Amino acid sequence: MSKTEIVKVENLKKYFPVEKSFLEKLLTRTRSFVRAVDGVTFSVRKGEFFTLAGESGCGKTTTGKLVLKLIPPTSGKVFFKDQEITKLRPEELRLLRRKMQIIFQDPYASFNPRMRIGDAVGHPLEIHGLASGAEKRKRVLAMLERVGLTPPEQFIELYPHQLSGGQRQRAAMARSLILEPEFIVADEPVSMIDVSLRTTIIDLMLDLKRELQLTYLFITHDLAVAKYISDRIAVMYLGKIVEMGDKEEIFSNPMHPYTQALLSAIPVPNPQRKREPIKLGGEVPSAIKIPTGCCFHPRCPFKKEICTEEEPELIPTAADHFVACNLIK
Amino acid sequence: MQKQLLTVENLTVEYWARRGKVRAVDNVSFSLGKTETLGVVGESGSGKSTLGLSLIRLVPPPGRIVNGHVWLEGIDLLKLREDEMRKVRGRKISFIFQDPMTSLNPVKKIGEHFVELIRTHEPKISDEEALQRAEKLLEDVGIQPERINDYPHQLSGGMRQRIMIALAIVLNPCIVIADEPTTALDVIVQAKILDLLKDVQNKYAMTLILITHDLSIAMERCDKILVMYAGHMVEHAYIKDIYRNPQHPYTQGLLRSIPNIELAEQKLEAIPGSPPDLLNLPKGCRFWPRCSSAMEICRKTEPKLIETEPGHFVRCFLYGDAKK
Repeated sequence: MSKTEIVKVENLKKYFPVEKSFLEKLLTRTRSFVRAVDGVTFSVRKGEFFTLAGESGCGKTTTGKLVLKLIPPTSGKVFFKDQEITKLRPEELRLLRRKMQIIFQDPYASFNPRMRIGDAVGHPLEIHGLASGAEKRKRVLAMLERVGLTPPEQFIELYPHQLSGGQRQRAAMARSLILEPEFIVADEPVSMIDVSLRTTIIDLMLDLKRELQLTYLFITHDLAVAKYISDRIAVMYLGKIVEMGDKEEIFSNPMHPYTQALLSAIPVPNPQRKREPIKLGGEVPSAIKIPTGCCFHPRCPFKKEICTEEEPELIPTAADHFVACNLIK
Repeated sequence: MQKQLLTVENLTVEYWARRGKVRAVDNVSFSLGKTETLGVVGESGSGKSTLGLSLIRLVPPPGRIVNGHVWLEGIDLLKLREDEMRKVRGRKISFIFQDPMTSLNPVKKIGEHFVELIRTHEPKISDEEALQRAEKLLEDVGIQPERINDYPHQLSGGMRQRIMIALAIVLNPCIVIADEPTTALDVIVQAKILDLLKDVQNKYAMTLILITHDLSIAMERCDKILVMYAGHMVEHAYIKDIYRNPQHPYTQGLLRSIPNIELAEQKLEAIPGSPPDLLNLPKGCRFWPRCSSAMEICRKTEPKLIETEPGHFVRCFLYGDAKK
């Protein structure tokens, strides 16, 4: 693992078994799986904003959870710095969690409604035995102040329902940052927040990244936000990365037909823009029956025979630009 | 002035909450011509959905329309009896709801939804005829006619929204109101559904009111825009005018805070603060606590809606006589 990389993921897979009824189990021998993440390889460099983008069901959130080992992978490896976290014992993993944190999408569901904000934000300190009493309070106040919940003395006493969505997301950031982590998985942190507040949260994330030398794995379906915030982007489709690279490269020179369709579908606040109609047919197939060959072939406008048979590999096409498409060699 | 299809005057809707009375829609006036597309933009709680619902008199209790007029082809819809209003809904104005999962009846086949709707308004039509009409419409919205025998759960979210669109246009209304029709959908499906709405609108010469929180969609797809903030209409204009010359500080702020993938370099600027509690509105202009151009008068007096250029209305003291 090179010095610049902080997280490395190798051929990561997560298959969820499909529950069957008793009768179905008797009648059929085969088990079927939802292949949520199906062989993903990437690495996140220290200090960067790496984005996993894709539509719902593409496996981006599952990948985020796997990277933190919040759920165990079916196969594959995840490295944090030099440690292979997929091999760690639970106690070792808990120690490592101080360095890797997550911010969830839904700020309404990620707080215990009966816990005051101050207690919730200070809870990680207690769990890890880092601070308690007056010291804990001091650190919580400082952190609340840092994420813009001022005056912190007031917010520390409030319950989650007394906060707005934007304030709750700030509190969620305070809670994950209080352990001074190096790496943060941010799972759609702004998608449930109103537009006029979204920018303040995005700016806060960028400020904190600079100040605390954080590295983010950012998960989003919103490519316009991804373009604004990221350094590098990986586009996922049906559990696989179809294109990955430098943000500028992806947006100025998208190579995979799926990335092209995705980018052309983004609304742009410009009435003069002439929009091309979307040529992509059909819809995303079920992750239980992933198409053979290239998983995108049933919808691809440029499909060739090879695409139904051969699964394309993620290959470099330029410096820091990778594409998985049979037509690009 | 060209003849307007829909004219809304001083429309005001109140909700009675336990803590007091909330004006979700406060004194909104606008008019729309035939085949125009209006984008109603605002954040959650700004009153945009309530505005849409009040046009077809479907504001759920404890909400109530307390004042105003909704003129459709010269008839004030707010004066109609309930049985008369029922004939307007679906036939003159129809509504597409945000969530296609909950708007279709899960125990009825797709075809039955159409039969019920058509036969309620045109009882003389037989089931077979109604189904034939439904099949033709399904083709128009890009769904195989065989799907008429499916139940809603057998269809994807995008397909369900297509069914909702077909149901909305089956009686050939002159106005379709779509409340966040693509919010629950992925970006590619969203673009396809919006394309479809445009196609259908052109084909059947309808007026479309598109309610959305996404300013980009409104800018890209509409002829006119109406920006709501805390129950007030703060700006209303043709899209080309808003694009060239956004006037209200809130509209300007929104435009500066949304990422635009067409721009190479962009620095987003946030609007400070958060939207007010409708039960506890600031005195004067509702936006002043977040406004960088706020003046003394803004904290005291509520600005009136003024026309700053033909067809461009704004509710702000920075324009008109009040600017001193």
